[in-house]
Amino acid sequence: MKAFRILTAGLAGLMIAASAHAAGGAAHPHEPEEGWPFEGVTGQFDQASLQRGYQVYQEVCSSCHSMKLLSYRNLGDPGGPFYDPEYPNPNDNPYVKALAAQNEILSPTPNEAGDFDFRPATPADTFRSPYPNDNAARAANGGAVPPDLSVIYKARHDGASYVYSLLSGYPDEEVYSERVVTEASDGGTPDDPSDDTPAEVQTLIDTSKLHIGHGDDHYEGYLIQNAGQYYNPYMPGDTVPQFEGDPRHAPPGGFLAMPPQLIPGRVEYSDGTEATVEQMAHDVAQFLAWAGEPKQTNRKSLGLAVMVYFGILAILLWFSYKRIWRNVEH
Amino acid sequence: MSGHESSYTPTNAFTKWLDTRLPIVRFAQDTAINFPTPKNLNYWYTFGGILAVCLVVQILTGIILAMHYEASVDGAFASVERIMRDVPYGWLLRYIHANGASMFFLAVYLHMFRGLYYGSYKAPREVLWILGCVIYLLMMATAFLGYMLPWGQMSYHGANVITGLFGAIPLVGESLQTWILGGPSIGNQTLQRFFSLHYLLPFMIVGAVILHVWALHVPGNNNPTGVEVQDVAKDTVPFHPYYTVKDAFAIVIFLIMFAVFVFYAPNVLGHADNYIEANPLVTPAHIVPEWYLLPFYAILRAITFDLGPIPAKLLGVIFMFAAIAVLFILPWLDTSKVKSMRYRPVAKQFFFGFVAVCLLLGWCGAANPDDAVIPALQGDPKLVVSYTAGGQEATSEYKGGHEAYVDAKRFMETLPADANASLSAVPAPTFLFRHFSLILTFCYFGFFVLLFFLGLTEKPKELPESIHKSVLKRHKASASAVPAE
Repeated sequence: MKAFRILTAGLAGLMIAASAHAAGGAAHPHEPEEGWPFEGVTGQFDQASLQRGYQVYQEVCSSCHSMKLLSYRNLGDPGGPFYDPEYPNPNDNPYVKALAAQNEILSPTPNEAGDFDFRPATPADTFRSPYPNDNAARAANGGAVPPDLSVIYKARHDGASYVYSLLSGYPDEEVYSERVVTEASDGGTPDDPSDDTPAEVQTLIDTSKLHIGHGDDHYEGYLIQNAGQYYNPYMPGDTVPQFEGDPRHAPPGGFLAMPPQLIPGRVEYSDGTEATVEQMAHDVAQFLAWAGEPKQTNRKSLGLAVMVYFGILAILLWFSYKRIWRNVEH
Repeated sequence: MSGHESSYTPTNAFTKWLDTRLPIVRFAQDTAINFPTPKNLNYWYTFGGILAVCLVVQILTGIILAMHYEASVDGAFASVERIMRDVPYGWLLRYIHANGASMFFLAVYLHMFRGLYYGSYKAPREVLWILGCVIYLLMMATAFLGYMLPWGQMSYHGANVITGLFGAIPLVGESLQTWILGGPSIGNQTLQRFFSLHYLLPFMIVGAVILHVWALHVPGNNNPTGVEVQDVAKDTVPFHPYYTVKDAFAIVIFLIMFAVFVFYAPNVLGHADNYIEANPLVTPAHIVPEWYLLPFYAILRAITFDLGPIPAKLLGVIFMFAAIAVLFILPWLDTSKVKSMRYRPVAKQFFFGFVAVCLLLGWCGAANPDDAVIPALQGDPKLVVSYTAGGQEATSEYKGGHEAYVDAKRFMETLPADANASLSAVPAPTFLFRHFSLILTFCYFGFFVLLFFLGLTEKPKELPESIHKSVLKRHKASASAVPAE
């Protein structure tokens, strides 16, 4: 009887947990060693990190990834990377104006002559998109549209850690090697270059040298990377078809069309922070976490006040209840 | 309207004048203030009030969200995000509304299980129960329609699966599906009609709730003993202030839990894929509905076999709708005259078993049907080499650890190049969620069949003479058992 009730309560918990299951096949994303400053009930964003993160987005990511749901003015909103208390209206913030003006956009409204012309962006404009439409993006990226990053933080399970792990999780240089499948040929006519075929080369990844997360798993074999495809252990997918080795022990992860982007020193931080891969991944992940839900710190601080209010109300109601029912047997 | 005598006396000239024209004050007094309510109601009986709060919260937040929402395939996704970013406290409104749906269902499930346990569906409350089932059905429709509106991946593909169910109906299915969608596939017209209906149905729920409350006030509340009120003075207390204060306390406790989700885990009950804008060309790896529909989704997917001329898909749809329809006839399925499971020792065990079955069905609904229920019990996968020998397909299997792989590789090297040998891992056969769902589906329906036969054979415990006596008896028992209290 009691056991049945405990079982039922346990099952209820299990069901809630099961409904938020993670995508299968990929390595579990991990957060940076020091954790995320914005997590927890009283968490706040690290403004310096947000500013660096915007720089990484602007100089690296934005050449392929749009952020259509953000406007430049958002950068100067309270809690945003470039918030300045002197300018409660971010449209007046000169720094935000300058950041916006660095981007030339096709004006969304016609000029006096009725033409749409290019002009520097203003804080009111949405972030410049690298491609005019999805087809252009697809054509420029080998058939894969780079996803919009506005809400990528919410669109992936454990979003900030996912972005961080993915960007810093590409295998190290030493695991890559090349294998010639067919030798280069001169077509039998050394003098005639028109029938020459170049060598067909495959990129191999020695998976026995992979270090994924903090796991001690060992994957003996080779992954074959097709042209335009890059292996990443944090990418949801299936590596079995590309794996030369025991298919029961294929490494986690999958392939994506984005090559490793962050190499040490890819950006030069103006605040003097050393631009290591982990640092850049950390900063841009935090920036995207802010961009995905800019109001999350307001939410949690309002939550605290609401909890206190409800807590006091509950105590008052409990004593009212006790008092009203004191003479009634029930 | 109420089953008890009115105790209202107008006190001044205006209320006297009004009482002979529109006795609205008398009505309020009789239904919400003086209404005699059994004095032994426990906290399971507070979910009616909690549900009323949920409905009001959903309607209020929904009306404001609708002021900012744009029902178009090009603008819906962005407009929802705009609410989160640019509308003052829009994030709060939307998170309350989205999590409010979950809280509404949580409360309604507890309310329904309460009704099941204490036999609140039995005479004279059959109509009350059926109206409750109507409300539940309307809630599911409203929640499904609302889930479409953010126009995320799960919205789109979930709606595709559910509307596809209508397509399984023979003869009229396809036309019906086209009629519901407003075209051959989900498009702008579908989103607009879903929005319109999502706004309409809550007011139909309000209508059904009014009838539900009316039907409650004719026979009065059931109570944990299942024994009807015999002496109003001894067995009942007026609704106000006794139950208003008790309900208020329970409502605030419920709101605290609600607020934990809204403020600290607003997306934990949702699915990350719904923050990806709908794309008909990309199907998510796992399409799952919101948690409150998972048990029915599990029943739908449990049926993977044809039964005579009925194809598996249609059979799944039939079972899924039957799982809800069976609730409507429950008052006549249960043959026992005893209402409360407190006095039904055998039925009580099966009731808790039924609750467990429902939760396990929910677990199955969330899982991939082809996954092992208990992965630890699943053996190692075996290696299979597939190749062609002499124009015939052939396979060769290897079991074991690393040696098996070495053996398989060695074998593949002996094969000629034109054998097209390939190596794959085949999971060991085990108990899958698919199988588990099927067993649970039969347990689900089995419970209702069982209630029919149990009522005829079960020997109930002795019922208390009255609510009043049962309360006194319980107090005496607890006073001697726990003197410190």
